[in-house]
Amino acid sequence: MLDKIGIAKRIAQELQDGWYVNLGIGIPTLIANYVPDNVNVEFQSENGILGMGPFPFEGEEDADLINAGKQTITAMPGACIFDSATSFAMIRGQHIQLTVLGAMEVADNGDIANWKIPGRMVKGMGGAMDLVASAENIIVAMMHTNKRGKSKLLRQCTLPLTGVKCVKRIVTNMAVLDVTPDGFKLIERAPGVSIEDIQAATEGRLIVEGDVPEMVLA
Amino acid sequence: MNKVVANAAAAIEGIESGMTLMLGGFGLCGIPENCIAALVELGVTNMTCISNNAGVDDFGLGLLLQKRQIKKMISSYVGENDEFERQMLSGELEVDLIPQGSLAERCRAGGAGIPAFFTPAGYGTEVGHGKEVRYFNGKPHILEHALTADFAIVKAWKGDTNGNLIYKGTARNFNPMMAMAGKITIAEVEELVQPGELDPNYIHTPGVFIQRIFQGEKYEKRIEQRTVRTK
Repeated sequence: MLDKIGIAKRIAQELQDGWYVNLGIGIPTLIANYVPDNVNVEFQSENGILGMGPFPFEGEEDADLINAGKQTITAMPGACIFDSATSFAMIRGQHIQLTVLGAMEVADNGDIANWKIPGRMVKGMGGAMDLVASAENIIVAMMHTNKRGKSKLLRQCTLPLTGVKCVKRIVTNMAVLDVTPDGFKLIERAPGVSIEDIQAATEGRLIVEGDVPEMVLA
Repeated sequence: MNKVVANAAAAIEGIESGMTLMLGGFGLCGIPENCIAALVELGVTNMTCISNNAGVDDFGLGLLLQKRQIKKMISSYVGENDEFERQMLSGELEVDLIPQGSLAERCRAGGAGIPAFFTPAGYGTEVGHGKEVRYFNGKPHILEHALTADFAIVKAWKGDTNGNLIYKGTARNFNPMMAMAGKITIAEVEELVQPGELDPNYIHTPGVFIQRIFQGEKYEKRIEQRTVRTK
């Protein structure tokens, strides 16, 4: 079983040289720490920066330089800054090669829910609906089950949707799965996790073909 | 043409209860602090506020929420504000949540003379309910209408007395689009300079969009999430 850092490390393996990448709040933000050495990517934050760098050193925080999670950040050499309309032109116009975001629920047809629990929690969708509606390559980073042990990989989402039929790949603490027309296809197992464990934790349709390899993390 | 006003109180003259305001900023970054303080002081109520976020409990638009001056918020993300969540869940506050990119583009469209546009964002979700759907290149899109406001209030780093503005860092965010979409647009700046002092090649918001400008008295520029690394 992976922890959140393990999930981030596994998704970092998906990064390809030259990509522009948008990372959501939570686990996705951690991915920036595990970019492979031979890969150069630029991180976009939808509040208006391309070429986002690491957190500033203590004492060098700038209130005018934050990411979409409102955290203080730095700008890499060659970074650029723009307004919100331009930022979403990059996103809607498919100039960003990969979007990674968290989710509360994913359905086996690629539907995603991550912005609202009716009557209980309404934080808003932020940029998530624009991102999932347009991105060609969407990876969801999340735990396989919720705090009550219930599967987050469902036949159908129960919460209000963020987007329809858009998720391509899911990396959880238990597995890597792809969304196919016939359901979730198991691609890799987390270290020490059996196919049976994954089947038990997955409510949506699960396709298992042959020996499913274990993830290899650096 | 004299756009310069003395201070925030003078800048917000004419703002009345029940009006629609646009306020720039993302989180607490790039918000018009001085005008928000002046609006609290003025005590106008029943305001509709278009702003990406709603501040935190004791700063930004949270200050207007505390005083129950806001009737309706049009935003994309409103976490990090307990009073907001309480007022929304109890039904005291009307909230229209819209995708961030649609919010930005609706403001831009409002200022650019585009009455509406189609976007894929929100199709198949609550956001798309009741909206016209059209397929382009085989993909469904929903119709979104432009937004305008009685007053737009933006914050810039530097401005000249003609209203030309330059923003700093990610404090730019929604400010340029909102500056375009106000019937009257107020700019508060950290440094107000004379025409000719700003390089025309580096102006972010052309002065034509700005009706009133002043240098803010002071800027707290509060940081919402201070994240650092050690040397």
